[in-house]
Amino acid sequence: MKSEQQYIELYGEVSNLIKQKSCDIMNNVRDAAFASFEKVGFPSKKVERYKYTDVDAYFAPNYGVSLNTLEVKPSKYIFRLAESPIDLSAYYNTIADNNDGITALNTAIAHDALVIYVPRNTRAEDPIQVDNWLRGNTSTMVNRRVLVILEQGAEATIIMNDHAEDKQRFLTTQVMEIFCKDNSHLDIYEIEETTPLCSRFSNVYINVERDCTVKHNSITLYNGQTRNLCDVVLKGENSEVTLNGCAIAGGSQRIDNNTLIDHRVPNCTSNELYKYVVDDKSVGAFAGKILVEKDAQKTVSHETNSNLCASADARMFTQPMLEIYADDVKCAHGSTVGVMDETALFYMRQRGVPEEEARMLLKNAFMGQVIDQIQLQPLRDKLFVKVEKRFRGELEKCDDCRLCK
Amino acid sequence: MATPFWGSGGFMLEIKNLHATVNGKEILKGIDLTINDGEIHAVMGTNGAGKSTLSNVIVGNPAYEVTEGSITFNGKDLLAMKPEERAHEGIFMSFQTPIEIPGVSMTNFMRAAVNARRQAKGEEPLKSTDFLKIMREKRKLVEIDQKLMNRSVNEGFSGGEKKRNEIFQMAMLEPTFCILDETDSGLDVDALRIVAEGFNKLRTSETSAMVITHYQRLLDYIKPDIVHVLIDGKIVKTGGPDLALKIENEGFDWIKAELASI
Repeated sequence: MKSEQQYIELYGEVSNLIKQKSCDIMNNVRDAAFASFEKVGFPSKKVERYKYTDVDAYFAPNYGVSLNTLEVKPSKYIFRLAESPIDLSAYYNTIADNNDGITALNTAIAHDALVIYVPRNTRAEDPIQVDNWLRGNTSTMVNRRVLVILEQGAEATIIMNDHAEDKQRFLTTQVMEIFCKDNSHLDIYEIEETTPLCSRFSNVYINVERDCTVKHNSITLYNGQTRNLCDVVLKGENSEVTLNGCAIAGGSQRIDNNTLIDHRVPNCTSNELYKYVVDDKSVGAFAGKILVEKDAQKTVSHETNSNLCASADARMFTQPMLEIYADDVKCAHGSTVGVMDETALFYMRQRGVPEEEARMLLKNAFMGQVIDQIQLQPLRDKLFVKVEKRFRGELEKCDDCRLCK
Repeated sequence: MATPFWGSGGFMLEIKNLHATVNGKEILKGIDLTINDGEIHAVMGTNGAGKSTLSNVIVGNPAYEVTEGSITFNGKDLLAMKPEERAHEGIFMSFQTPIEIPGVSMTNFMRAAVNARRQAKGEEPLKSTDFLKIMREKRKLVEIDQKLMNRSVNEGFSGGEKKRNEIFQMAMLEPTFCILDETDSGLDVDALRIVAEGFNKLRTSETSAMVITHYQRLLDYIKPDIVHVLIDGKIVKTGGPDLALKIENEGFDWIKAELASI
């Protein structure tokens, strides 16, 4: 049975309830999004950008769908869309692609959205941290919608942490639309530290206007099944986009990152570095496309995906792609899949470092290159510790997690 | 001839009828060798004779397979031990080509090595301040630059710095048996002297060593008690320090001729 059916039935049952709880800006596009979902369904593995993840299988189980609205204490830059003091209809659902079944489903079901709004020429001095805690008494599906808007000249660092209680199954969809207006500067981190019982489908859409610097960091420390999509459109000149990723998988975990950087205008730069360590029987997939459109002269782009297969049973799929229609550009892309350096292992063991410890040091060193690029120093220090703990197998105990205390 | 120092008189390393293969090819064809406490043995030989194979087998490099024979170290069966366990017993090899490990700092590497050894001996890990103090002392002893300690292991080190770094690690780990595997290769005379003097400073009356070299030059600084000649996987000749001098002057052909005449 195709798993769409249960969501179609669900929508029939609860769409009125959702609409009551929601707001016009979301309800205005809801039925159209649902119609799109009915039409396209969940992407099959025949859909190019979903070829590494069997979406249907993850949506097939019967989850309870949470329609509760969690309290969000409005703060300087954060509020609920339903309580928005300003009209955001020019933003909501304008860059999310509802031809993607998961995005369409999220648009149809999500009844509220978290908004991070940084006004014109404002610098959010402290990092804005959003902690998502998944907890519940039954298997639960959560549909999270996020809107990030940096007005002209705004500057912000955003950290989004995902945690989960370890006894329940959780299925999460996330659609995040990010708007960076002229001369805005965004450094955003998405850090997943959930459990092997969690499935995550995240679609992030980023619009970048002129003179911006945007850094998106996707860090998967511990998970079950994760599929992250990140689409960036460069619409204004002299902007620079960096997409970095750190993915660590062990056990039978899966991490699938799919990115697209679309250079539509001249004189922009994009950098991409994704690193994976896959161990045990885990599976990693990376597909990243840099698209340089015909007017995007003087584009400079570097894309690198390097991977370490730490066990014979781990699998890594990698697909760096460059599609160039302009003739005066500087673009490079590459990927490597390697195994543990046996000579380095032996060298360390000869000095008395036990094999497990030596392997941990090598994995840690491999990932260090991405963590090193994190600008926010306290976060960088914390992640160095977390990555090491992860490789030591100590992260599962999640000693600093509030849920377990 | 230098007077051998017999130490406590124990057989530190005892190799009997050792056969070993690499990728299925037999390289060592029956080695017998005993090294006592405090002795320095030089192993000389032509390219491909099996010198590096011998040292790699002693330290347990998994790329080499022992097909026959035994190695005991202070009475313990060395071949039953993992490489790290052999290191904890006090065996150290200065690598012919020290390995670069990007992303692992010298400090973290040494901390892991020193503390693993302490743990194996049932000791508490060193406090960070104590560890750094020891690092500083040993660094001065072997005259290695502090800036190298903050870098990744051997990454961007010159040939001389890499070899000196091997001696620094020896200083940190205080082994009782050292293998110097062609420590002289790729070193100019000054670097060679510094490395050799570093080794001599670290050496105690109990330290024994196996020095693998093509040339007499290194043996001018590290004086061997006994010199072995390894040809085609076997020790074909053993003598005093004079043997090394004779090889330096006359090469190995006269030994091969002797063998042929037997």
